[in-house]
Amino acid sequence: MNPALRIPAEFVAPSVEDAHLPPFFTVGTLEVGKHSLLILLSVVLIAGFFMYVVRRRALVPSKGQYLGEMGYGFVRNHLGRDIIGEKEFRPYVPLLFTFFFFILVNNLFGSIPVLQLPTFSHPGTAYVFAAVAYVVWVFVGIKRHGFGGFFVKMTMPPDVPKVLYIVLIPLEFLSNMIIRPVTHALRVFATMFAGHMAIMVAAGFTAYLATGVGGALGIGGSVFGVILGLFIYFLEVLIQILQAYIFTLLFAVYVQGSLQEGH
Amino acid sequence: MTAMLLAAEEGASPLLPNVWEMLITFIGFLILLFIAIKFIAPAFEKVYRDRTEAIEGGLAKAKAAQAEAKAARDEYNQQLESARLEAQKIREEARTEGEKILADFKDRANVESARITENAHKAIEAERAAAVVSLRDEVGTLATQLASKIVGESLNDDARANRVVDRFLADLETEQGRTGAAR
Repeated sequence: MNPALRIPAEFVAPSVEDAHLPPFFTVGTLEVGKHSLLILLSVVLIAGFFMYVVRRRALVPSKGQYLGEMGYGFVRNHLGRDIIGEKEFRPYVPLLFTFFFFILVNNLFGSIPVLQLPTFSHPGTAYVFAAVAYVVWVFVGIKRHGFGGFFVKMTMPPDVPKVLYIVLIPLEFLSNMIIRPVTHALRVFATMFAGHMAIMVAAGFTAYLATGVGGALGIGGSVFGVILGLFIYFLEVLIQILQAYIFTLLFAVYVQGSLQEGH
Repeated sequence: MTAMLLAAEEGASPLLPNVWEMLITFIGFLILLFIAIKFIAPAFEKVYRDRTEAIEGGLAKAKAAQAEAKAARDEYNQQLESARLEAQKIREEARTEGEKILADFKDRANVESARITENAHKAIEAERAAAVVSLRDEVGTLATQLASKIVGESLNDDARANRVVDRFLADLETEQGRTGAAR
């Protein structure tokens, strides 16, 4: 089903199916496919890397530990401390860390040959992450302000004429409580999915031009296809990193919004 | 055929999640979160804390060492000052002592020289007295011989001669006794 492997007689655009390979094996109804293995691989890679580099807890870091500290420190300081605030960011650092590196590594899987599947291009993964984020920031907000206080905070922006609340309350509720988590999930899913599809299209296009059309035109076109594919590839790497950052950043902003006093 | 197409289209909806994938994702997420809470975050936080402590502790230690060094220097300066005063005092004392000793020696030397001079005087006096006595004896004899030669036979009368000599000798003895007492 992989477009790069078949020799097309005519150009067939890759479909969603192509991004969902059949499972390698099933245990009962549990389907264990490439996607699930990649998820578990990412956990092993992240935990292994960070625990390995910091194993000595050296005051003067080795190269590896320095790299690990840069990664951890980036999440801790730029996503945690700078956004959630000096006083309260500490409990959220492991969560931010998990979000960021889990998404980052799983996205980058899309750009690693052979693995070649950003796991967030499968919507379930993105839904789970957005749901966890949603539950956490809503819980934090209710815990801090009480149910009523949190509801008011989320639906009634201050300094607005009272009449406008008739319109604003449903709008704000829709915006903050429903659209926010949905976009949180769809943003990372859609970019990963689109990127994955774009690369598959470029690959399928190239393969079709080279083998299906043939001749000087076909080969020339396939060279163009390769260049286009490479361009998309690097753009995709950038987007994969950026989306991991954006997802975690938004979560930090949501938590900060839940924690702050007043509005 | 239609059913298959429908099924394919249903499966093709990119927004429909696979429940198993969601479960695996959730489990993977929980495992990583657990490891992050339990191991990774504490390890890195410990490194940061230790480093901060090491730097701040180093600074505090340096400050303490500096204060200690300053105290030591003050003490040293104070000691140096007192030592200098002490040295000056000792020098002063030594000088007075030296002057005293010098004066003492001068006195003693003066006394000694006086004594030596006196002894010399006495010795000379004694020598002179002894010389006088022996001269007198000889002078007596010579004078007698000379006188007898001059006077000749007249003085051969022993009684007269003996009287003259005895008187002469008595005179000499009195004089000798006087010089002996003085000596």
